Amino acid sequence: MSNDLRAIFFTESEDLIVAMGDGLGIMSEGATDPDTVNAVFRAVHSIKGSAGAFGLSDIVSFAHSFETVLDAIRSDRLAPDADVLHLLQRAGDVLADLLEAARDDRPEVPEALPAILDMLEEIGSANDDSVGDDFVFEAVGLGFFDAAPAPAGSVFEIAFRPGPSFFINGHEPANLFAALAELGELTATCDVTGLPPLAEIDPDGSYLAWTLRLATEATADQVGEVFAFVEGLCDLDITLPAEAPAAVAPEPEPPEEAPAGDPALPSPEPQAAPAAAVQAAAPPPAREAPRPTLRVELDRVDRLINSVGELIINQAVIAQKIAEANLPRSSGLSSHVEDLTFLARDIQEGVMRIRAQPLKPLFQRMARVVREAAEGTGKQVDFITEGEDTEVDRTVIEGLGDPLMHMLRNAVDHGIETPTDREANGKPPKGRLVLSASHASGNVRIVIRDDGAGLNRPRIKETAVRKGLVSPDATLTEAEIDSLLFLPGFSTAASVTSLSGRGVGMDVVRSAVTALGGRIAISSRLGEGTIFSIALPLTLAVLDGLIVSVADQLMVIPVSTILETVRPAPSDFLEVGPGHRVLAMGERHVPLLDVASLLDLGPALGPADAVVVLVRTGEDGQAALTVKGIVDKRQVVIKSLRHSVGAVAGASAATILGDGKVALILDPDALVAISARRPSPSLDHQGSDHERAA
Amino acid sequence: MNAQPDSRGTDRAEFVSFVAGGQGYCIEVARVREIRRWSTVTTLPHAPRYFLGVMNLRGAVIPIIDLALRLGLSATTPTPRHVVLIVAAGERTVGLLVDSVAQILKVPRDALRGVPLLPSDTSLLINGMIAHEGAALRILDTDAVAPILSEVAA
Repeated sequence: MSNDLRAIFFTESEDLIVAMGDGLGIMSEGATDPDTVNAVFRAVHSIKGSAGAFGLSDIVSFAHSFETVLDAIRSDRLAPDADVLHLLQRAGDVLADLLEAARDDRPEVPEALPAILDMLEEIGSANDDSVGDDFVFEAVGLGFFDAAPAPAGSVFEIAFRPGPSFFINGHEPANLFAALAELGELTATCDVTGLPPLAEIDPDGSYLAWTLRLATEATADQVGEVFAFVEGLCDLDITLPAEAPAAVAPEPEPPEEAPAGDPALPSPEPQAAPAAAVQAAAPPPAREAPRPTLRVELDRVDRLINSVGELIINQAVIAQKIAEANLPRSSGLSSHVEDLTFLARDIQEGVMRIRAQPLKPLFQRMARVVREAAEGTGKQVDFITEGEDTEVDRTVIEGLGDPLMHMLRNAVDHGIETPTDREANGKPPKGRLVLSASHASGNVRIVIRDDGAGLNRPRIKETAVRKGLVSPDATLTEAEIDSLLFLPGFSTAASVTSLSGRGVGMDVVRSAVTALGGRIAISSRLGEGTIFSIALPLTLAVLDGLIVSVADQLMVIPVSTILETVRPAPSDFLEVGPGHRVLAMGERHVPLLDVASLLDLGPALGPADAVVVLVRTGEDGQAALTVKGIVDKRQVVIKSLRHSVGAVAGASAATILGDGKVALILDPDALVAISARRPSPSLDHQGSDHERAA
Repeated sequence: MNAQPDSRGTDRAEFVSFVAGGQGYCIEVARVREIRRWSTVTTLPHAPRYFLGVMNLRGAVIPIIDLALRLGLSATTPTPRHVVLIVAAGERTVGLLVDSVAQILKVPRDALRGVPLLPSDTSLLINGMIAHEGAALRILDTDAVAPILSEVAA
């Protein structure tokens, strides 16, 4: 049970961290209006409150120092200059780190915590106004319920003096105040002038009066309702002062802000008119109204997705059997099967949409990564995110975290230069790092773009030669050199730093992306920067595939990678150097990759037997895959091999075909990598080529 | 994984005994999901030789291992009369190609023996021994029998 609650706490904290990050982002752009500061304050405050319930004292004390500073800004005691804003950002990062550590039960404390905490406490205590005021009976905020709703809307002034029978009837002012506090932000000032000397006090008497200020979005009716049961037992005057500021902002709003078109407004009558007034003034600039949502355990959705996947496979099997049965057209069965196909796809798409989530939390986490990396390297980085509302499958989000983190750290560590170097090269001292997401032709495209130094190609080639990944006299195009980065065994760590020198190379990034059914490409200009672009499928459940035969088995080539299929004339196959063949396509020459021989499943096909599938590789490369034949084109259900089998050479996943057999889903980029790793194919394959060609 | 979870607490343990590469082995009953006839599998490129390929088990893709070859014996040439033992291997499900399944053994706990230290690394796949009718049956450790393939596989 408490585990369930804990899980809910962490899920909700994630939402709050997002809200906090949003607010801090807006603030750092210079908008430090009370609404924004309040939103951040509330998020931090809520985290503090719930963390306390779970005994997470680190989080509570940190959040407390954090909110003290926010409170100082909110109440105009502290001017949020650039330094303060920077500190707040870092504090937000630490708080998020703390929460993640607590969620994963990791004991460690974020590195930056002590320093940030010190600074927060320093600023916080310097701007704490809790002492040194002249009045003894200063208005005191009643913190009855922490879950106070947004204090926007209007401010009611309530004069409240309990009559003699108020207490005799068993009423209690504190209960009323608590009810009011639930409606908004309540300030109560107690008037003790009516209090007689101690000796004359009647325990049942009523001597006190209160002036209450309630900032709320509630209507006058709702406020009045609170006092419904004490009517007649007290003097009560609820007013919505005409000059009431629309928000808790200290400076009075211009009078035009008061609702137009309601001449009854200035009436001090507490009932009808202010109700209209409140309604007109209350709704804040329509923030996206939260649509009703449903929290469902992920397991349940996944089980549903699995079942639907089975349904699709099963439906394909039935369709194939029916086609094989050669039933008379009049039976109408085939049209019913077609209906079933459409319905099954509908269901599948619907279910997949349940799993889709915006990239925003991931991007915010990446903003933290970049800030920490910049802090650690002494570089200045402007981190810009675009398209963070793009929705992708939850698995994609989960699988994307590590590769993105690695690439962004790399970009800060190796890509963007130090401020001095940048200025020396005529660039602004602050580097620009963009992380963007967008939907493009059935894919999600994620781009990481920096304006740093670009790839050092001579050094990359040198490293690759030294590590025996490429022969010293190979002539490589720029794109080919860039793609060396993705080879296993190549690590960019020419200078190992604490940041990116963690033994994780770009090959790990690449295989993480491939495991998600995606492709990654790189392009770079010396002195201008580097662009990594990742194309990911929208869903991890199905893809449109071309079913081809390779050696004695069937395989699937994702249609998204296919440019065209051709049956070239044998004379278009050209031998260039030992074992390397290219396909002449008009003016162009495209490298030929024989799938069967690359995967050691059979001899390479001769030009007379080969069907060529032209595919896209890398950022804008092409390769011509030779296969024995094309069997079919249809949607297949993707079965990940990662957990059951591991990494399979040349394949990103598998599927189950209509006959119940497993077929591998080919990954053209991986095929290119395999062919790059083995520069000279074995002689017997070549021999068979010639025999077949003859 | 020396404990025999399902049979703990009783004085008898149950095993499925089978023949692979002409030798007798057994697996704890609780780990055997089902027994199937051999049918052709989909070959995986660049996988170790004992890694025959993958097959579809009611929508799940599971690896099929030539157990004899995996244990350092000679490769099995599968025929429809060969048998695939579908077993639990950690959190995964794995198919093991074997010659034939013999029987289900109920063995008194005190017939279980520890692993004798063998020089070759194939002993890592053996959990223990059962003294049975004068012969020693090796208990297969299914957890390690099908390693996860890595990108730079043999």
